[in-house]
Amino acid sequence: MEERSLRDAIARDPTFVPRSQLLSADDVSRAVRRMAHEVVEHSKDIDQVVIIGLQIGGVAFAQRLASVLAEITGHQIRCGQLDVAFYRDDLARNPAPRPAATLIDCDLTDQTVVLVDDVLFTGRTVRAALNALTDWGRPRAVQLAVMVDRGHRELPIRPDFVGKNLPTSRGEAIVATLDGVWIGTKVAP
Amino acid sequence: MIDSIRGENLLSLDELSREAIVEVLDTAEAFVEVNQRAIKKVPALKGRVVASLFFEESTRTRLSFETAAKRLSADVLSLAVASSSMKKGESLRDTIATVDALGIDAVVMRHQSSGAALQVSRYVPHVRVINGGDGLHQHPTQGLLDAFTIRQVLAERRGTTGVESGSELFEGLHVLIVGDVRHSRVARSDIAAYVALGAEVRIAAPGTLLPECVAQWPVGVARDFDEAIEWADVLGLLRLQRERGSGSFVPTLGEFTATHGLTVERARRIKSDALIMHPGPMNRGIEIDSLVADSSAAVIERQVHNGVPIRMAVLYLSVAGSTEGQGS
Repeated sequence: MEERSLRDAIARDPTFVPRSQLLSADDVSRAVRRMAHEVVEHSKDIDQVVIIGLQIGGVAFAQRLASVLAEITGHQIRCGQLDVAFYRDDLARNPAPRPAATLIDCDLTDQTVVLVDDVLFTGRTVRAALNALTDWGRPRAVQLAVMVDRGHRELPIRPDFVGKNLPTSRGEAIVATLDGVWIGTKVAP
Repeated sequence: MIDSIRGENLLSLDELSREAIVEVLDTAEAFVEVNQRAIKKVPALKGRVVASLFFEESTRTRLSFETAAKRLSADVLSLAVASSSMKKGESLRDTIATVDALGIDAVVMRHQSSGAALQVSRYVPHVRVINGGDGLHQHPTQGLLDAFTIRQVLAERRGTTGVESGSELFEGLHVLIVGDVRHSRVARSDIAAYVALGAEVRIAAPGTLLPECVAQWPVGVARDFDEAIEWADVLGLLRLQRERGSGSFVPTLGEFTATHGLTVERARRIKSDALIMHPGPMNRGIEIDSLVADSSAAVIERQVHNGVPIRMAVLYLSVAGSTEGQGS
């Protein structure tokens, strides 16, 4: 199973060459559960919380986080997904990324939004997501949950909930899925 | 063959591969969602300038292109040709040079001459050119939105999504294109899109309205409309283009309707799940009966509806991915 999700990740990004596995599926599962407890601790009213996964890597984590939250609290947790392709600041520098589905079916005004992503790196994806969110209303607060924080921020953005801090060098690459976390390198295609 | 229109001009669907077409359709799905939001605007083309140059009249193409550009946050320069210096005899080349001097990233253009968009792309190689219809040649975004509409309807019926199905739903699909094929750039673009996606295409037209080199087209020619009507999963009707003189290619309009119009009687014989399409504007009572046009089999309104997301996808892929037009 772990092999398969790694293969899927490589299929999405063929330039990734894995070196070693850092976290197992169990480790990831425990980290998500811990983050869910932290989210509960930090929220005054769990019914006002909306979990939003960032396409593509964050969606699976968001769904898992929402289901664990539902299990812990006994409340139905709203969960959506957001693609930020149209909000990126590097559109003019790179080929236009192929967008994935966005699904947010509620007004976010006065809600607490928890953005979820797999890996936090430069912070530019989160910046784009914050921009996008304003089109769905004015959230009371926006929080950020990431499975892996690998450092190298280029913007003043910090996560509220972190699965694992992994200091990396810029040349390295991280793949984080529900089935495990791998470190490796990027090679030119 | 072009495998992706990222950073490229869109002049003709003949030069696009199946992958390139599917990429546009998939991207358009994301824009369908954007168009359902309360705020239907994304900043993808912020700071970019799109010039809309329609040398030939148009309602839906022009409006939907301009709407698409605005929803991508581009600035739109719109040239009303009727009141422009073209009327004083300025050439196409000089008009383009003038517009280009204002600093533009893309041109959406329609022109009565086939090849005009290609010509303009040579005048201003640093500007992305999107063909909004050139003479009898091509109308690529219409072909794309027609393919998108077919995929959308069939995907809904099968309980799947367009993105998941890729080009699968076109495999072996029977498409019959009927009417004034000779004068139709829509037919040329539709055929290119459908064939690239794997559909089987036939055309039916009075002998005089068949294109001269039809033998080289990747389509079958139906002996007559009535014979092919039960074969079709999709009926693509075309407008009888009287302004291009097609009136003189048929004895009378009544005769055209009698042999090639989709009348109520003929509509009774189509497959129960067949789709009826028309690129508009319709000549009700000539190529299509008014009752048929408003029936549930007709997806004509949906075609218009899909114009904006398809054109957003084309502008996004073509313009957002290019750096040349930026003054920096």
